[in-house]
Amino acid sequence: MKRARILLDGTVHAAVEEEGRLRLSNGRLVDPEAVTWLPPVEPRTIFALGLNYADHAKELAFKAPETPLVFLKGPNTITGHRASTRRPADATFMHYECELAVVIGRTARDVPRDRAYEVVAGYSVANDYAIRDYLENYYRPNLRVKNRDGCTPLGPWLVDAADVPDPMNLSLRTLVNGRVTQDGSTRDMIFDVPHLIAYLSSIMTLSPGDVILTGTPEGLADVKPGDTVTTEIEGIGSLVNHIVADR
Amino acid sequence: MHTTSPQGMTQGMVYGVILNDRRTLDRLGPALSQPPYSAPPKAPVLYIKPYNTHAGNGAAVRLPRGAERVEVAATLGLVIGRDATALDEATAMDAVAGLRPILDVSLPNPSVYRPPVRERCFDGSCPMGGTLPYVAGVEALTLRTLVNGTVVAERSLSDLVRPPARLLAEVTGFMTLRAGDTLHLGIALDGPQAGADDRVRLEIDGFAPLDIVIEDAAAEGETP
Repeated sequence: MKRARILLDGTVHAAVEEEGRLRLSNGRLVDPEAVTWLPPVEPRTIFALGLNYADHAKELAFKAPETPLVFLKGPNTITGHRASTRRPADATFMHYECELAVVIGRTARDVPRDRAYEVVAGYSVANDYAIRDYLENYYRPNLRVKNRDGCTPLGPWLVDAADVPDPMNLSLRTLVNGRVTQDGSTRDMIFDVPHLIAYLSSIMTLSPGDVILTGTPEGLADVKPGDTVTTEIEGIGSLVNHIVADR
Repeated sequence: MHTTSPQGMTQGMVYGVILNDRRTLDRLGPALSQPPYSAPPKAPVLYIKPYNTHAGNGAAVRLPRGAERVEVAATLGLVIGRDATALDEATAMDAVAGLRPILDVSLPNPSVYRPPVRERCFDGSCPMGGTLPYVAGVEALTLRTLVNGTVVAERSLSDLVRPPARLLAEVTGFMTLRAGDTLHLGIALDGPQAGADDRVRLEIDGFAPLDIVIEDAAAEGETP
């Protein structure tokens, strides 16, 4: 099942996808164009992975890491499908990152890799923008690059884990104004989803609503105000975002 | 999303800061211009203490598996009273509702190049004392850390590179702090260490002491 959270007529509703339309929890069937899309989950702790695709690591002139490069993000970063994201006025390089988002469904500690999928509630699509102008070599990638308001669209759907038989073999791509700029597959992750869940849960307790953004393949490009950026993952969803000028 | 603490208070995110004290900057000195850092920091250097780390006074903080010592770094948290974006330094403190003592517990690591998830995000590693209403003049406060009753570190908040208002202005210049979030004023790196069964206390004049005990990793009652 594909689940969404939407705003309609001043009220937040849970909804599920039904033949291209949205069935609200109160029974109404509405067109996707008629609603405001909220992130499909209200994330608790948000983890993100850097350099988790070998081609992307090479693109950034890094050798692939030996342990997962994990950083955290605050809830201020998350926004929904069809939202607008601001490009700072002084930025010269702001790029999207299409990422498979893993939503945790159970409290989990020390999960072995071969049982990792048991703690996954479902999957979504994230676009984890970075503004490279602000990179500094302290706790890199630093929060000024990766923790900006509304710079991480998430959605449109939370797709039940049961409906994603092999999350490690999904094509993902980004289109800027309809032109494909990023094209990869989740099979090229350096640390796959079971490895990441095992690693993180060996450090700390994971909880329902925690979200892991699993990194992005090569194909970064600068985006400008007016651009429409679509990040999509096979079977998970197509997430649209609009770049707007600062202020 | 906000969670409810054991004390029944709603809590937000906790954002931590490093390299905001002159002693650490002076100590690291030329190293900050060497690889991997290349240049001293320009923006405030932040990290996140996620919900699983949040704990209260009296908490037992369990050593991560394989660790015998943890660092205990004292600081003071600014509790945000209203959503705050792009604050002006002159009026930034209006957004602060309260102050609370914090002991940031971590695995020692001299490198600050990569985000400190393994080092600073283990369960219970952010014990925080009760919140008092904000009053001006935090730079006059002294943080005293005691291990088993002996003072092991003493730090005056007169050493701040960015005083509270400037720190708030710079941080909210690139991200919103929400009502209920906490931004701390920064920890000194290379702080005192403690091991299993050590009792650690943070004393700040005017605040109730924050007491924690470090617990051995095996004390959890894990099934063998």
